Amino acid sequence: MPARFEDPLNLIIAGVGGQGNITASQVVAQAALIEGFQATIGETYGVSQRGGSVMSHVRISRSEEVGPLIPRGHAHLLVGFEPLETLQVALEYGRPGIRILCNPRPLYPIGVLAGDSAYPPAGKILKILAKHASPLRIVPATDLARQAGEIRSMNLVMMGALAASGFLPFEKAAYEQALQILFEGPTREVNVRAFEAGFLALSRPRRNRPRD
Amino acid sequence: MDPVLLDEPGRKVLLMGNEAIARGALEAGVEFCAAYPGSPSSEILGVLSRAASVFDLYAEWSANEKVALEGACGAAFTGLRAMASMKQNGVNVASDLLTAVALTGTPGGLVLVVCDDPGGISSTNEVDTRHYARLADVPLLEPATFQEAKDMVRWAFDLSEELELLCMVRSVTRISHARGVVELGSLGRRERRARMTPDQRYASLPPCPKRKELKEKLARAAALFEASPFNRYRGPSRPELMVVTGGTGWWYASEAVRILKVEDRVGILKLGTTWPLPESFLLRHLTAARSVLVVEEPDPFLETNLGALLLKARAAGGRRIPAVFGKLSGTIRGPYGPGVGEMNPDIVVEALRERLAIPVPSSRQAFRKRLEAEIDFPLPGREVAFCPGCPHRASYWVMKNALRLDGRDGLLIGDIGCYSLGFGRTGYSLSRTMHCMGSAVGFASGMGKLERFGLRQPRIAVVGDSTFFHACLPGLVNARYNGSAFVCVVLDNSATAMTGFQPHPGTGRTAMGQPAPSLSVEAIAASMGIPVRVTDPFRVREATDLLYESLQKNELQVLVFRHKCALLQSREEGLPARRVVVNADICLGERCGCNRFCSSAFGCPALVWDAGKGRASIDEVICSRCGLCAEICPAGAIQVIEETES
Repeated sequence: MPARFEDPLNLIIAGVGGQGNITASQVVAQAALIEGFQATIGETYGVSQRGGSVMSHVRISRSEEVGPLIPRGHAHLLVGFEPLETLQVALEYGRPGIRILCNPRPLYPIGVLAGDSAYPPAGKILKILAKHASPLRIVPATDLARQAGEIRSMNLVMMGALAASGFLPFEKAAYEQALQILFEGPTREVNVRAFEAGFLALSRPRRNRPRD
Repeated sequence: MDPVLLDEPGRKVLLMGNEAIARGALEAGVEFCAAYPGSPSSEILGVLSRAASVFDLYAEWSANEKVALEGACGAAFTGLRAMASMKQNGVNVASDLLTAVALTGTPGGLVLVVCDDPGGISSTNEVDTRHYARLADVPLLEPATFQEAKDMVRWAFDLSEELELLCMVRSVTRISHARGVVELGSLGRRERRARMTPDQRYASLPPCPKRKELKEKLARAAALFEASPFNRYRGPSRPELMVVTGGTGWWYASEAVRILKVEDRVGILKLGTTWPLPESFLLRHLTAARSVLVVEEPDPFLETNLGALLLKARAAGGRRIPAVFGKLSGTIRGPYGPGVGEMNPDIVVEALRERLAIPVPSSRQAFRKRLEAEIDFPLPGREVAFCPGCPHRASYWVMKNALRLDGRDGLLIGDIGCYSLGFGRTGYSLSRTMHCMGSAVGFASGMGKLERFGLRQPRIAVVGDSTFFHACLPGLVNARYNGSAFVCVVLDNSATAMTGFQPHPGTGRTAMGQPAPSLSVEAIAASMGIPVRVTDPFRVREATDLLYESLQKNELQVLVFRHKCALLQSREEGLPARRVVVNADICLGERCGCNRFCSSAFGCPALVWDAGKGRASIDEVICSRCGLCAEICPAGAIQVIEETES
């Protein structure tokens, strides 16, 4: 591994049930395997198929002996599918120097919809993350997925952005190969399109100021 | 091709723990597999049912876990290799047979795979099923890695045949529902023929001689475990502290030792065979340590058994015994205290700090504290909720309205499934009990006899379709026979939805994808002489009227609310060609007087409140386009627009 990548490298994908979190974790892990690393994925989800917080711990290492749970305060890299979830996980697992990719599109908890609690302004969340991450890259993945033709392929847009971010020591080709292994038929087409959209979004010159 | 099924020994593939378990069974040449779905175990039979046509084996989703284990025993009596897999609750259901078949044994390899759920991540409990191995006197293996999950299951069949005894393999969520690299072995060959010769007879009678035989088998297991490669020690020859661990504890302990950089002070003894204990192996290592820390989850099972072993060794004389720390000493403790909740690396780090007197660095949680200092707003929690379009939301809406119309403070008695969320907000917190599969019917059966003691509240027992077949039939028979009065509402969504849409006896297909007779809930109830009616909860008014009428009759009735699971529906047919929208001309928002009825009362995650515009809005990202909310809006502002293909 290049010097700047820790071993094990700890990556967390944070989101809400139904966002394709586990599929995304498999894309990264498969790409890691293709690049000659070992990968371990721990999935954390509750009793609901949808709607609860979901977090995947992906650990990339030269060793086979890494467990599926990242210790608190040990995440090097955080891919957030939703701002509130990103902040929650950054609090628990973040460490100085954490690199963050975040989709700024909120999904409101049911208690917020009922009016019992308030969803903090997403811009405020992103500002805090931007201040403490090194760096935070914002990826409008839901919009990009809609443009790519399938709003539910937001997870693959984020994977494309991850590939372009340089946060992981993998070539783009490794991800592309992973997509070929993991998907087939029309699903593969949609996912490849979404992945490319995400890759392109972060390949452009940086515009990293959070919206207020 | 599915990597689990590859015939490429030596190839390294990324497998989910449950896939590794299934692969181990395939490498052992398993012939008969049975299971009832339950997180975190369901994928094991999922893989094996896909493998069935390739490998010419038999796989079934059984009606419940006891029947699954019974089916596997049936196959093992004829000399085949058989496996039953289930979650921890399932062993409770199957335990009557487990203790009986331990006494008789089987000639064919018989393996029970149990996936425990420490912390109850997807369960209503965190029962530690390792106690069952000791209770039933059967050997117990606990994998610590994905590779071991495969290798141990493979070996468990050999062990079971050698001992003629059921062998138990215990996984946990962090293995079963995690993924890692596994090196594939060669696939087993199946040349066995099923047959029972006239001299083969299996009965646990007379019990004491049978138990004596069983104890002898267990002693042979212990002797085999002495040399097992699944047990190993790594660390200094005379460590200051020896961590003894089984299962996932090995990962966490290894990581904790790395984090604290105490490799020269702490050794790790990893035990893969956790019952019966390999006593000589353990004593040889333990007596070299000054003290011992036991890391396991969730109960102090190893710790208790180690303590007993050390006391025995001391009684035999001559041995210096190390002090044992763990959950009994309070050294290993999570946020709920010792012996509760799942293990993780942080808990082991704290315990090692305490035992080795390593101070907590001042920088700990510095990042968290810096972030927290800037968060000047409350962070809302994220409750689990019925999915958008879920028929259970409609059913609970119907039940809420019918109970309110009835006005006698009726009791909704809940059960196990997606609809357990009836305890939460999106089920309007209606459920009053939730315990185990089928118990809603049994509870209601008892409550239905309490009128003489003054109980006037009507009762609704709410069960799912898969649950109905699993464990509700005896309760219903009991209620009918004893004249108990309540309404049993069967929420039939055509799947075992909670665990991943597995088929069940009502769905008309088998695990291996074959057509099967579809057992009818209403025909079964009718055959017991119970009045039955069927409705669709999406026809809110009709369903509410039916339930209200049923509540007025003081007799046992079955009411089927039938509507396919929204996830299954969209998986099979995609989203419907229509849009659900809020008509901005009709929705008056805050001025309506409805008090945001749609988003505050109905509880659909896709029905949001647009604070900027001050009115309701549909989140297209998650809306399933079911359109039920159009019926809920008092102003008729939510509209379903059918999109016809041009």
